[in-house]
Amino acid sequence: MSTVLPILIKKELTQFRRNKALPRLLVMLPIMLVLIMPLVTQMDVKNISVVWLDQDRSSLSMRMKSHLANSDYFMMQPFAGDYEMALHQLDMGNTDLIVSVPPHFERDLQGGHANSILLVANAVNATKGAQGLQYATQTIASAIIELAQERGLETDTVSLITIENRYNPTGNYRYYMLPALMIILLLLTCCFLPLLNIMTEKEHGTIEQINVTPVGRLEFMLAKLIPYWIIALVLLGFAMLLAWAVYGLVPDGRAGVIFLAAFLFSLCMSGFAVTLANISDTMQQAIFVMFFFVMMFMLMSGLLTPIDSMPRWAQTVTYVFPPRYVINVLRSVYLKGTLLRELWFDITMLAILAVAFNTLATITYKKQN
Amino acid sequence: MADTIISVSGLTKQFGAFVAVDHISFDVYRGEIFGFLGANGAGKTTAMRMLCGLSYPTAGTGTVAGFDIRSQGELIKRNIGYMSQRFSLYDDLTVKENIELYGGIYGMAHKELSERVDELLQRLQFIEHKDDLVSSLPLGWKQKLAFMVATVHSPEIVFLDEPTGGVDPITRRQFWDLIKATAAEGTTIFVTTHYMDEAEFCDRISMMVDGKIRALDSPSNLRQQFNAQNMEQVFYRLAREAQRTE
Repeated sequence: MSTVLPILIKKELTQFRRNKALPRLLVMLPIMLVLIMPLVTQMDVKNISVVWLDQDRSSLSMRMKSHLANSDYFMMQPFAGDYEMALHQLDMGNTDLIVSVPPHFERDLQGGHANSILLVANAVNATKGAQGLQYATQTIASAIIELAQERGLETDTVSLITIENRYNPTGNYRYYMLPALMIILLLLTCCFLPLLNIMTEKEHGTIEQINVTPVGRLEFMLAKLIPYWIIALVLLGFAMLLAWAVYGLVPDGRAGVIFLAAFLFSLCMSGFAVTLANISDTMQQAIFVMFFFVMMFMLMSGLLTPIDSMPRWAQTVTYVFPPRYVINVLRSVYLKGTLLRELWFDITMLAILAVAFNTLATITYKKQN
Repeated sequence: MADTIISVSGLTKQFGAFVAVDHISFDVYRGEIFGFLGANGAGKTTAMRMLCGLSYPTAGTGTVAGFDIRSQGELIKRNIGYMSQRFSLYDDLTVKENIELYGGIYGMAHKELSERVDELLQRLQFIEHKDDLVSSLPLGWKQKLAFMVATVHSPEIVFLDEPTGGVDPITRRQFWDLIKATAAEGTTIFVTTHYMDEAEFCDRISMMVDGKIRALDSPSNLRQQFNAQNMEQVFYRLAREAQRTE
């Protein structure tokens, strides 16, 4: 019993080593994900072009304009015309944002009942539109606050907006994305490698030669999976080192918690991959179905967009998606320094899913049919 | 030769409406070379897969090496060797690694295994190729290697599914020398083939037509029975009755 497993694992490792592409690809993958992806998936919006419609022409409106102009985010467009013409510019796609200050804004503000400033954004690119509006609101508010403080005035605006990015103080998108990219790394390794391995054995007929021997189902399965668990954890460690070296990002909490969650997650995903391989007839079929699931995992597990903003039923579905839990653990530990005992729910769910998927994998592997 | 090692009765395998193997019954005796003949699609491979514990029979019973084919598949697997129609060893492992892998799976101790590997390599004059990747070997050699792997653990029975398909005549002859040598050591050989000259080497032959066994006897008795000069004619007479097409 115990003597066969090392023999099978040795065979898997020898085959892995002899593979021309795989080992190199696995070194490239974390480098790509950590070095390049944070740059290209940047969601900070820059160079929002602004049409400035000033009907007030007061010292306050001038101050607001200079605040906008001095920001990295905005490009003031040379413009002379009325609101209709500005809207036309927006229609034509020549500008992203119109800021229109109503007449007598400063005077009315001091009187306490000013008309509001109108912000019109082109929201075809929803992120850019929303971000533009948010930045513009903050910038304008800061100009008003500044003026009010200088004059020793109390305005409502002072208490109107306070923005604070907890846990990611600079609001750096990279810090938010890096844990997600590490999950993608684990997801790709543990979903595709065991799947491709078993499907190759099926298509070459080598699995039949194994099935006609007395090798145990569990042993065969473990021999397939253990090397990939190790590979996945080594790659994660490598990615974490890169994130530290390049971006100075280190977990605020314990790395052990990250590895525990990552290990359970690897068990889940590889169990899932083996199940899929067991019920697939061809490589094509298996890969296509796996792509479908990996896409669901990436889009529905809070990796890119928050789960809380999904429809209720979709949120319920995500409870069986292992990435949902591991992404929460990684982000919390990395950015907030959350402790293991506060993450018991995620860890427990990962453990339950790991048992479930691997039981399924062992049941669906049939030596005799 | 009353010592039965394979005994099958009413063995049937059905895939939907298609009856691949239709109530076959036969016995195989210990130490004989049993030829399992039939046209393509006659059901030979399906029957063999049931005997090896790869496939459950739809109906019928059988024992292989004293174990039930339905419930004791894993025990059967300890006592048999199997060489599939399709070459199915690891291309990216060397000759030696393949033999050692299977020896290890059958639980052979390290010392016993390395002696056995040397013996097999010697017998096949493979010593200088032991560290070659299997993918670099010509087909005939691959088949010999597959045979070695199937017999590495000195099983009681070896199942060979068209072991010489696509192999040149000289290698075929060498291959049959191997089979005969293995049988002489007491191993039972259960072999399918399409070469009628090979059928002559068997102690007994069964002929399958459309999932049923139509004839079972020694080659000389079959020739007499069908009033034929050689096995080729026996095959023609029986296979012509086939209704099934591939």
